[in-house]
Amino acid sequence: MATPERDEISGVETTGHEWDGIKELNNPLPRWWLWTLYVTIIWAVIYMIFMPAWPLISDHTKGILGYSQRAAVEEQLDKVRMERAAKGEQLVNASLADIQSNPDLLQFAMAGGKAAFGDNCAGCHGSGAAGAPGYPNLNDDDWIWGGTLEDIHVTLLYGIRAMHDDTRLSDMPAFLKDEILEKEQISTLVTYVQSLSDPSIAAPAGGAELYDENCASCHMDDGKGNTELGSPNLTDGIWLYGGDRASIAETISYSRMGVMPNWDGRLDPATIKSLAIYVHSLGGGQ
Amino acid sequence: MQTAAKPPVANDLMGWLTSGALALGAVIAIIVASKATTTPMMVHTFIMAAAFIAGIVGIMNLNMRLKAGHYDAPSPSGVHYNEGVVKAGVIASMFWGIAGFVAGLYIALELAFPALNFDLSFLNFGRLRPLHTSAVIFAFGGNVLIATSFYAVQRTCKTRLAGEVAPWFVFWGYQLFIVLAATGYLMGITQGKEYAEPEWYTDLWLTIVWVVYLLTFLATLWKRKEPHIYVANWFYLAFIVTIAMLHIVNNLSVPVSIYGAKSYSLFAGVQDALTQWWYGHNAVGFFLTAGFLAIMYYFVPKRAERPVYSYRLSIIHFWALIFLYIWAGPHHLHYTALPDWAQTLGMTFSIMLWMPSWGGMINGLMTLSGAWDKLRTDPVLRMLVVSVAFYGMSTFEGPLMSIKAVNSLSHYTDWTVGHVHSGALGWVGYVSFGALYCLVPWLWKRERLYSLKLVDLHFWVSTIGILLYITAMWVSGIMQGLMWRAYNELGFLENSFVETVEAMHPYYVIRAVGGLLFVLGAIIMAYNLWRTAKGDLAEPISVHSPAATPAE
Repeated sequence: MATPERDEISGVETTGHEWDGIKELNNPLPRWWLWTLYVTIIWAVIYMIFMPAWPLISDHTKGILGYSQRAAVEEQLDKVRMERAAKGEQLVNASLADIQSNPDLLQFAMAGGKAAFGDNCAGCHGSGAAGAPGYPNLNDDDWIWGGTLEDIHVTLLYGIRAMHDDTRLSDMPAFLKDEILEKEQISTLVTYVQSLSDPSIAAPAGGAELYDENCASCHMDDGKGNTELGSPNLTDGIWLYGGDRASIAETISYSRMGVMPNWDGRLDPATIKSLAIYVHSLGGGQ
Repeated sequence: MQTAAKPPVANDLMGWLTSGALALGAVIAIIVASKATTTPMMVHTFIMAAAFIAGIVGIMNLNMRLKAGHYDAPSPSGVHYNEGVVKAGVIASMFWGIAGFVAGLYIALELAFPALNFDLSFLNFGRLRPLHTSAVIFAFGGNVLIATSFYAVQRTCKTRLAGEVAPWFVFWGYQLFIVLAATGYLMGITQGKEYAEPEWYTDLWLTIVWVVYLLTFLATLWKRKEPHIYVANWFYLAFIVTIAMLHIVNNLSVPVSIYGAKSYSLFAGVQDALTQWWYGHNAVGFFLTAGFLAIMYYFVPKRAERPVYSYRLSIIHFWALIFLYIWAGPHHLHYTALPDWAQTLGMTFSIMLWMPSWGGMINGLMTLSGAWDKLRTDPVLRMLVVSVAFYGMSTFEGPLMSIKAVNSLSHYTDWTVGHVHSGALGWVGYVSFGALYCLVPWLWKRERLYSLKLVDLHFWVSTIGILLYITAMWVSGIMQGLMWRAYNELGFLENSFVETVEAMHPYYVIRAVGGLLFVLGAIIMAYNLWRTAKGDLAEPISVHSPAATPAE
């Protein structure tokens, strides 16, 4: 072979090949590059000696440290369970009133309730519990199924129209769909219902009669509702599905049937109690 | 060594065979369409039938043109290179690139302002996200790879691309794959495997196209007029072969019916997850790394007019990369049901992969030695060099994130999204842009680009975009990871998930702004390339113009 060609600028030999004008220098591997590669290989081998690494026929090498991810998770979960266990047990055994009067337990329940609320309730009720159309605001003192600690606890446990034998159940008829009322009558009723909370709207002629025949049995004669039956108060200007004519007409015509899931069986009793305490504390608890 | 110009000849036999196969395909597609169980399947089979019939017309037209002597003139070295298919690839790259970037911008805005899905099924994030990833990786990246590989393999082998029908079949067949994949996502067709969402019939079609691509590439290498195979071609070949293997294995599935789109994977549970991430990680490794390193190995020395820094380094880092990359996939499944030993394998091989990856960066950057001054005057070369720098950064960040302790913080967060985009926008995007800026004047026989100032503008606008994007994702990703794992002193989680989502909002807005800048840069580029192809010149030739300055 003839004397190797040298690159004029760097003075380094080329490999003597050329492709479409591209040549290659015959530089050696950069030393730092090579040594770093060796170090990463040595590190990998050491890691494999200490940690589970090689598959065998029905098992794998455990490594000197015998690390197991599943065991590590169990350990961490056990630690959290241990930390919570004592107070969690107290929560389960104490009555709701007792929890409220014990500052230590109350603080624990509030912290647990806040965490559980964020991941289980906020999706519908909002992270600030202010609700949304169809999902009640938990900060005000308008409670469809009652706002005492015990009421809230029962709602949380069994849900509303949920898949639980003890679930809270109310069944407002769909007055138009079920052909109980005519459109005209519903229109009159909408005005009447609005007049219950809005002094600027006069009660229409015949409205009171329609109300007495169709609504009063659940929403009561004065329209203030009944938490025993889950019938909302119609006089306070707070509307779950909106208070404009169209929304009220829709509610009367087709009913609404909102659902809240039961948490009994999904969350543990201490967490549900914590949630009751937390929700009760939000501002509207009775 | 001047070879006599041998003009391309039409191969009637191949033309008839391919036309026959396409006609058969069209008949099958129409039969399936007539019995299709769902509307999307019917739409797809009609698209296929129409494309196959158009293909037959295209083949007839191609052979007629060849017989009439319509082909590119021989190059100064006396070879009739096939440049038409490369030109088509350049145009397709630019088209799909902008489409994919815009889709990315739109879903970035959806993450910041979810109401932008307007409650329309086809604008839902879940459907647009694979549209974006497939458009940028496979439609933009794939077309750049096909175009540059077809260009570089001819030049470095000093021979015309093998076959006349085959290269065009690869090009148009690949576009059909893109259209089937994209329209499928919008209509809700997916097999739910990340980066491998298209269903069985689209996968089968891509397999056929890809095998023809491999054969075309191999046949061109086979008839080369150079004694040795240039390093860029090793990388292209590794990319084509490995993608074929990955695509076939990960997509093994059983269709419910040949008249419907739905199929079930051959794998289940953790085996399915491991196969998927063996595929997913090596799609990054062999599509987005090996393939684009091939581009780097051809276009950086060409543009810098300097020899490749080290032949030895190119051999060692090539084989080390090929050998190590294929094992690193399990690092996508740290802290899952994947057995501990497989996680160790994924992590240690990722760490060992660091230097083999950096070998490409060293060879790319050091090729500039003796030509660093050109970075001041040639924004195209600057783009290529910055792409190599982003490559170096991403291939350091990757092994770092594969370490289990780091991964426990970074996994499932926006940090991963930021990492992917520093590689995708910085490395893959810039090396592709650099290659396209080189190719357009070469292919359309123009002295130089329409405007280097516009290249400069593109460079700065999109670089600011990339920096906004990745810094926003680093901050939001690390914050997200820390918020998820924060416990209060009573042992309860400090934050609910929705609070962490709320905290991401400002960073999602910044990311979208970054994406917008990247899109604007690409539009500037498309304009510049279009004017270049037309033969316009914006600036008078100055002494700073690289075309006018001989290599020092």
